[in-house]
Amino acid sequence: MSKPVGIVGYGVHIPRYRIRVEEIAKVWGADAPSYKRGLELREKSVPPPDCDTITLSVEATKRALKRAQIDPAKIGAIYIGSESHPYAVKPSGTTVAEAIGATPDIHCADLEFACKAGSEGMYIALSHVKAGEMEYALGIAADTSQGAPSDALEYSASAGAAAFIMGRKNILAEIEYTHSFMTDTPDFWRREHEFYPQHAGRYTGEPAYFKHTLGCAKALLKKAGAEPGDFKYAVFHQPNGKFPMRVGKMLGFKTKQIEQGWLAPRLGNTYSGASPMGLAAILDVAKPGDRIFMVSYGSGAGSDGFIWKATDKLPAVQKVTTQTYALLDEKKFYLDYGTYAKFRRKILKNY
Amino acid sequence: MNPARYAREIPHRYRLEAAKCKKCGAVFFPHRLICLKCGHRQFETIKISEHGKLETFTVIHTPASDFKDQSPFALGICKFPEGVRITAQIVDIDLEKVRIGMKLQVEFRRIQTDGHAGILSYGYKFVPVI
Repeated sequence: MSKPVGIVGYGVHIPRYRIRVEEIAKVWGADAPSYKRGLELREKSVPPPDCDTITLSVEATKRALKRAQIDPAKIGAIYIGSESHPYAVKPSGTTVAEAIGATPDIHCADLEFACKAGSEGMYIALSHVKAGEMEYALGIAADTSQGAPSDALEYSASAGAAAFIMGRKNILAEIEYTHSFMTDTPDFWRREHEFYPQHAGRYTGEPAYFKHTLGCAKALLKKAGAEPGDFKYAVFHQPNGKFPMRVGKMLGFKTKQIEQGWLAPRLGNTYSGASPMGLAAILDVAKPGDRIFMVSYGSGAGSDGFIWKATDKLPAVQKVTTQTYALLDEKKFYLDYGTYAKFRRKILKNY
Repeated sequence: MNPARYAREIPHRYRLEAAKCKKCGAVFFPHRLICLKCGHRQFETIKISEHGKLETFTVIHTPASDFKDQSPFALGICKFPEGVRITAQIVDIDLEKVRIGMKLQVEFRRIQTDGHAGILSYGYKFVPVI
């Protein structure tokens, strides 16, 4: 049997600004209670103008390095999954690699696959280490998500990042199984030079999110010969609060297994960051031997599934840096819609 | 920002790298080629700590044009355990709550945007400690 591979360091970063659903609904004459009920979310994080996919990635990685306690120069690859890379042409990865001290002997790539780009980076990083190509590899999931003014997405599109260092030594969560499931499904897209994505309304539900999440999850369970009851925790992509709970229940998972990684009600949809940040919140509390079931989803469309198992090394590093819930719930600033629109560059200065 | 100059400043702007004189131990941020205290030319690269103490600050209400949209904002000088003082914006804080002596931490942020098509400049800002 090959030597175990897994997560040796993880970290999260979330901007401190928030906007409540009521504040957005007020501007557009929408019914806030029905949005809150329909999307099962109360508020979302908002990135200030000096915060983007690169800065979020750096801060999340700094926390991952504190847990991993490794020399950043030993990281052989960095993959950043995002649909909001700051440049159209110039990698986010090189800036992050410079900022953490991992250059110049490193492979970098920026990935894009709607909300699945982050788990893609994790999968590739994991595969490099598994193949013995490098000692450590870094997968980052980060977004400052876009949602057009008054569109349903505006109530959920938020910002955050999670970083995972994969390796073979001092593993915090070992990978047991992976599975990926993809089809060409045009449920959500953004064309070049467009500011905001477009989506196919209700088509984003059953034929898109549910088909792929369920397809991947069922195949992963079969591959592992496991049942939902075998896991302490489960985390799914969370475009809103409702979908991950519903898909989890459809598979046979209980609320208690899902709620630790269910961040969307008070974080919003961090797109690429969604399920990876949920995984980080689970790693903050998981005990040795706990198994974690994870399935991401990205429009276009596809899901990556992972089964992780927490090791006895995890408890010692859970509190060495700021945990996910602290970043989510402490020292928040609530914005009015005007300031939010300024932060998100939604005000056109036509002069 | 000129891209060549920007690239030269990456070690201290991104990683808070400073130069410690191998002869007298004086620390310089950003790094120098010749020690100001003893004239020595050999330095060790060290990294400045993440946490500093605010020594003084001001609130800018009339900033340079590139920072107009951020007005008003606080600009402070923090002293770090290595002995150096660093000037940066203080963000993510209610301006009424900025106090001399408070502990702040360094966070990686976008500092400047060169118009609609130029380079994005990254570096450090100070934020309250969580």
